[in-house]
Amino acid sequence: MDMMPQAVVTPPSPRIMAERQVRIEARDVNIFYGEKHAIKNLSIAIPDRAVSSFIGPSGCGKSTFLRAINRMNDTIPTCRMTGDITLDGNSIYDRDLDVVQLRAKIGMVFQKPNPFPKSIYENVAYGPRIHGISNSKTELDEIVEKSLKRAGLWEEVKDRLNHPGTGLSGGQQQRLCIASAIAVSPEVILMDEPCSALDPIATARIEELIDELKQNYCIVIVTHSMQQAARVSQLTAFFHLGILVEFGDTDEMFTAPQEKRTQDYITGRFG
Amino acid sequence: MLVWTVLLASVLAVGAFLAGQTRASALRVAGGPALHSLPTYHGLFLASGVITGAVVAGLAAILLFGTQSIAVPAAAAIGAAGAGAALYPRIASAFRARNLFERFVLAVLVLCSAVAVLTTIGIVFSVVFETIVFFRQVSPLEFLFSAQWSPTSTPASFGILPLLVGTLLITFIAILVAGPLGLLSAIYMAEYASGRMRSVLKPLLEMLAGIPTVVLGFFAALTVAPLIRGSGESIGLTVASESALAAGLVMGMMIVPLISSLSDDIINAVPQSLRDGSYAMGATKSETIKRVVLPAALPGIVSAFMLAISRAIGETMIVVMAAGLAANLSINPLAAVTTITVQIATLLVGDQEFDSPKTLSAFALGFVLFIFTLALNYIALRIVQKYREQYD
Repeated sequence: MDMMPQAVVTPPSPRIMAERQVRIEARDVNIFYGEKHAIKNLSIAIPDRAVSSFIGPSGCGKSTFLRAINRMNDTIPTCRMTGDITLDGNSIYDRDLDVVQLRAKIGMVFQKPNPFPKSIYENVAYGPRIHGISNSKTELDEIVEKSLKRAGLWEEVKDRLNHPGTGLSGGQQQRLCIASAIAVSPEVILMDEPCSALDPIATARIEELIDELKQNYCIVIVTHSMQQAARVSQLTAFFHLGILVEFGDTDEMFTAPQEKRTQDYITGRFG
Repeated sequence: MLVWTVLLASVLAVGAFLAGQTRASALRVAGGPALHSLPTYHGLFLASGVITGAVVAGLAAILLFGTQSIAVPAAAAIGAAGAGAALYPRIASAFRARNLFERFVLAVLVLCSAVAVLTTIGIVFSVVFETIVFFRQVSPLEFLFSAQWSPTSTPASFGILPLLVGTLLITFIAILVAGPLGLLSAIYMAEYASGRMRSVLKPLLEMLAGIPTVVLGFFAALTVAPLIRGSGESIGLTVASESALAAGLVMGMMIVPLISSLSDDIINAVPQSLRDGSYAMGATKSETIKRVVLPAALPGIVSAFMLAISRAIGETMIVVMAAGLAANLSINPLAAVTTITVQIATLLVGDQEFDSPKTLSAFALGFVLFIFTLALNYIALRIVQKYREQYD
């Protein structure tokens, strides 16, 4: 493990980091699935109120690392991690940390829209209910309306809040999932290829939404589309074979990458 | 003779396959017209024709001469040869052997399912006809509303109410036992148990399902019933030595594996993405199970319960031994009761004349039982259909 090639990490430029503080920081993270070494010696600092995108070929570990940030890998019995990840300076792998509270702070949107087989209203109210955020029905109604508005779905569904969430189109379902995630007022939103199951129009809407949400949240998005990374993110991280190859300002990364592997990938020479 | 006939037909079919395949292969010449079907299909087509000929001729011979006659293999051979001779010349390059063989496969499949369906229809009709004969001798009103069941006394009395109440009482107790036990152990196995634990537990539970009901019956009568009686009397209750409670408890244990095994499969079929969505929102494991997994699995769980209820209603041996034969109209679980199935069994044990109301009443009871389970199955089916497409 000591022989592992070290990742070249370009620190985010002052331009991006000046007005933003570091939200998530990973130090020497290694993740294993059984024998498979999925993430190798990864260190990274992710800023607040910006979109950071993870790109890289399939199986490079970007989703694995994303799932480590809200400890979703805990649900996989064979998964093991060393090193540390902090949120606002506090370790999320601390023994005393309550993983339920952590996940309330770090929302997640999945690749395939996964609304619950409940009504649209119940889907959004799910998180606030289990966390006891609202005390009254009116308060809950407000949270549902506000979340759906922020997710840009309110106008389309306000007359059918009692219809099943699974009856919506794919793009609407994904916006419903985003609404459910922001209903618990998270601070960080993780998105695992949120547009890969959607058509270009629905994708454009989600990207607009991501752009608006970055005013208030720290957003990390895993994507297979380099165009999408270039469009929505301020910072880009390139993963290859479990190694973080390069991390920096998105515009610099796509115009003047530091690493040959990054250049090969973004110009389509492999991947 | 039948063994020889089957053997002979198989040999002829293999021969036909090879002959058809060879002839079709010979048609394949360079520059000649392309074969519509592969040679294998020509062989299969010829073989299926030969088998059909053998089966039809053989069955006709069985009907005419009986199974022992030498005519059976002879007829089968003639039928096979005739079919083969008629079909062999049809093999040509443009002949659509593949399509015809597909139709043969379809016909075989339809025939197999038709046997099951026709048997069911036959049983239903025989029960219905005998029930009609019974109702010519005993008024349906008496049957449905009289509270007295004594088919052997004179004058005999045929009131189904005590049996119906007894059946429902025991089934209710059984579900009260098996429902929570089965469902909760299914949740444990599907959501909490480690892979190794599950691989030990599940076969063990299914072994419980493999215990013959006769064994469970004498366990109920000789162990559980005295236990209930003893503990009941120690706190001053009158308990019959054969009680509905004993039968219901043991019957509940019998259907625990049915409910837990089916529910376990159903819970496992709930997509992991729903659980992930719930966990990512900060829900705990039990919140996720209560609010997401169980609602999504509900239709399947309900139909598992319905199956279990049908099973409990139809169960006989445990009740014969543990609940007794006394047709008391009572909902006291500590009293001796009897059920529809038990009465059917006792009515038809031994030598019977088939036109007395006593024997015929068994058919009427069977008919009621049949309507009962049919209704339950229908309800289960509707529930499943209503909620099936909820997650996808």
